[in-house]
Amino acid sequence: METIDDTRKTTAGPKPKRYVIDLTVNGDPRTVVVKGNALLVNVLRDELDLTGTKKGCELGDCGSCTVLLDGIPVDACLVLALEADGCDIVTIEGVAAHGELDRLQATFVDKAAVQCGYCTPGMILSAKALLTKNPHPTEPEIRAAIAGNLCRCTGYVNIVKAIAAAAEIETAATESGEAR
Amino acid sequence: MKVLNVVGQRVPMHDAAAKITGQARYTDDLTLPGMLFGKLVRSTIAHGRIKSIDVSKAKALPGVKGVITGMDIPDRVYGIVPKAKDEHALAREKVRYIGDEVAAVVAVDQETAEEAARLITVEYEELPAVFDPLEAIKEGAPLVHDNTPGNVSAQIHKEFGDLEGGFAASDYVFEDSFYTQAQNHAPMEPHAALASWDALNGDLTLWSATQIPYFLKRNLSTTLLIPEQNIRVIKPTVGGGFGQKIDMFSKDFCACWFAKELGRPVKFVYDREEVFQSTRQRHPMYLTVKTGVSTEGKIIAQKITAHADGGAYNSTAPLMITLSCFFVMIPYKIENLVYEGYHVYTNKPVGGAMRGHGIPQPRFAIERQIDLIAKRIGVDASEMRLLNAIEAGEPHPAGFIINTCGFADSVREASRAIGWKEKRGKLPFGRGVGIACASFPSGVANMSHLASGCVVQLSSEGRVSILSGAADIGQGAETVIAQIVAERVGVPMEDVHITAADTGLCPLDAGTFGSGVTVRAGNAALNAANDIRAQLFPVVAEALGCEVDEIEAANRLFWVRGTPDRSVGMRDVLRQYQYVDRSLPIVGRGAWVPPADSATTLLTNNGNLSPNYSFMTQAAEVEVDLETGRVNVIKVLTAHDCGQPINPMLVEGQLEGSILGGIGYALYEDSTCIDGQQHNPSFLDYGFPTMMELPEMEGIHIDTDDPIGPFGAKEAGEGTQLAPAPAIVNAIADAIGVDFDRLPVTPDMILAALKKRREEAVGEAR
Repeated sequence: METIDDTRKTTAGPKPKRYVIDLTVNGDPRTVVVKGNALLVNVLRDELDLTGTKKGCELGDCGSCTVLLDGIPVDACLVLALEADGCDIVTIEGVAAHGELDRLQATFVDKAAVQCGYCTPGMILSAKALLTKNPHPTEPEIRAAIAGNLCRCTGYVNIVKAIAAAAEIETAATESGEAR
Repeated sequence: MKVLNVVGQRVPMHDAAAKITGQARYTDDLTLPGMLFGKLVRSTIAHGRIKSIDVSKAKALPGVKGVITGMDIPDRVYGIVPKAKDEHALAREKVRYIGDEVAAVVAVDQETAEEAARLITVEYEELPAVFDPLEAIKEGAPLVHDNTPGNVSAQIHKEFGDLEGGFAASDYVFEDSFYTQAQNHAPMEPHAALASWDALNGDLTLWSATQIPYFLKRNLSTTLLIPEQNIRVIKPTVGGGFGQKIDMFSKDFCACWFAKELGRPVKFVYDREEVFQSTRQRHPMYLTVKTGVSTEGKIIAQKITAHADGGAYNSTAPLMITLSCFFVMIPYKIENLVYEGYHVYTNKPVGGAMRGHGIPQPRFAIERQIDLIAKRIGVDASEMRLLNAIEAGEPHPAGFIINTCGFADSVREASRAIGWKEKRGKLPFGRGVGIACASFPSGVANMSHLASGCVVQLSSEGRVSILSGAADIGQGAETVIAQIVAERVGVPMEDVHITAADTGLCPLDAGTFGSGVTVRAGNAALNAANDIRAQLFPVVAEALGCEVDEIEAANRLFWVRGTPDRSVGMRDVLRQYQYVDRSLPIVGRGAWVPPADSATTLLTNNGNLSPNYSFMTQAAEVEVDLETGRVNVIKVLTAHDCGQPINPMLVEGQLEGSILGGIGYALYEDSTCIDGQQHNPSFLDYGFPTMMELPEMEGIHIDTDDPIGPFGAKEAGEGTQLAPAPAIVNAIADAIGVDFDRLPVTPDMILAALKKRREEAVGEAR
């Protein structure tokens, strides 16, 4: 990896090195210059204008900033941009291909799995990773896969339903939730 | 029977597509050219006088553009309740809790702003602090605010009927005490503000994650001394609020102050710790309930004494304690009642409005005590609730006008559906069922500034554009308003577009609180749509050769009632409208304020305090793990009278979210504060329910058709948050025979109670 030395002094001492990193983001090659301590979530949001990735806690607790890093769902607030050098990243902006909504996105709308929407990008990406690995998960498998993504609005019922609908499986939540 | 095309339908949220693709813009997603980044410096002590603040190192840091303390900005207090304003954007002489704001910096980037904030040193003279409301009211307790002796900043003492006479006439009188904890709203989106200043016109624009754009605008004006007409507050997409954003914060005032001083846009975003520590939380409350009943379980008299832990500032204090008082007058008929409530300052994080606002606390106490009393006098807890149920049309001791009431039905339906007769007291040890009941106002009447306005524009192409002041925070307010307008104008949802909660464009609205948006802003939208009809339908009648009141409208088509083949399309009507030189666009205006008895105001007098009232009974089935003390909530069932839902899918979403919040309140969530220091200010440590705690849920719709709500609607946002916690704790009592009187019921409490029981059993055996 290419580094840029910066010997300017500040009150806090010598400035840290800059690093040039290459990412593939939603299929596109992107090159950014970052400090060693730059977080992937901030690079995506601030440098690449991909603000669909949300910051809920910056502690890795809530999953709002979930992106796919080489297909694996990660909290982008816990990943240094440097660690992502050379990686393939999918953010919520890259889920819909050629203007076509992903099946998960469509079922999130149909099943009212979205309220305030702040957790939604992370939820969809965690679900996407699950369905890629396991196209027909059981309901407990769905719950376990999404347990790291917090939502305060929906009570999760419709999120389980939406993921199940995308996977075309029947769930207890599907049956109980529509009794009204 | 009403035939509706858009209202009552399961319409997806109009902004769902933006949210699932990452295009929805929340405050922190907005950037402006030349934008600066802010950071607040917060008190590290619970109570003290500020002796000095050294900002020199921060000012000297390259990239820092501004540093202010409380002495640099006008000495003006802000607050959501005008007569209870007590907060400065930055502390002046005193700090009152750990997290109180003392200084603010802005810099070219976030990292520099944070570094500068760390370089600011504050010297305090520490003062004795007080952390419990029952201590704070004692003589000689430290004063959190020097002008508030006894630390009681708001109180209410209200008597309905004849309390002592009622107790004298009772067969039994019981007194029990309860405690409810601090709950944090924990919306997923942290609080944020972005301000920009137009130096030429003296115009300020603030984008803020808020539930109350108009109140915020007014407070910006009175604190920063900028004329209100020069301030525009815009609410971008908001990532949840639950009441925590029914207030304004230092980030709003400091962003605006710096933007004006520096002539550059300024953004402040709180981190998660700040959200937990320095925004708002549900008031912890000590409650004592004294209740007189007949041998059958009829409630003759009740006295409720409440001490709310307000923390360091008022926020909604007088309103909270008043709501807490009046809304214990539903859903039971209690002729003789006294409520005595105190909002008490302590050196702790600040209490504020949270889903239910002052009512979940007494609801927990009352619903727990009903179960206790039923057990003591040997009546069925479900029957006792039915016996005391309010009915529609009866005179009400507090003067409420209950036009429709599905409460008794909700008790019967919830009891039937949970299997009350088969299960209550009959399940194996460790498993149990419980119910609890509630009622909630659809917004509050009889207060100032509770009107909503709406403007609807119908363009020459048939595009319907709505301007509404309502603040959608994710619950779907904009969608509901769009549905109401689409229904009335006779167009499909895709023709309707809404711009909302922009004080520069939209008519006045009170904001999102009190669960009043659908009824209040919905009726304003209905009136505006009716205004469109009044202008458009004469032209339709002309075209169809019929009377105006014979016209039916849907899907861009108008026809004569009963003869659908006599029809004309929207395009043709609009063309005809234009041909005779009537001016387009057609603009409809509407406003609505809850009907109020003239002389009443919420804070002082009785009266009909809400346009209508929702009712619900919630039932829970739980299983207690006797080894670990963990409670597994198996099922939560809700029998719900929310009138006619405008959008059943959104109502279900509100219900399901409330239930998970209620499970958190019952079992997990406790914003722990020890000696003024919050101990769990992160999602991980706080621990609200995840997908793993999701129980089976069932909703039963109790059908009523309210005459005041738009299309018969009542509130569906907050009421369902009231009863899950007492229902769950009642179910735990059924499961293991232990009556808990405080929240949350933790595994430690359960294990300790089970151990105590075993020891007592051994003792008795000897």
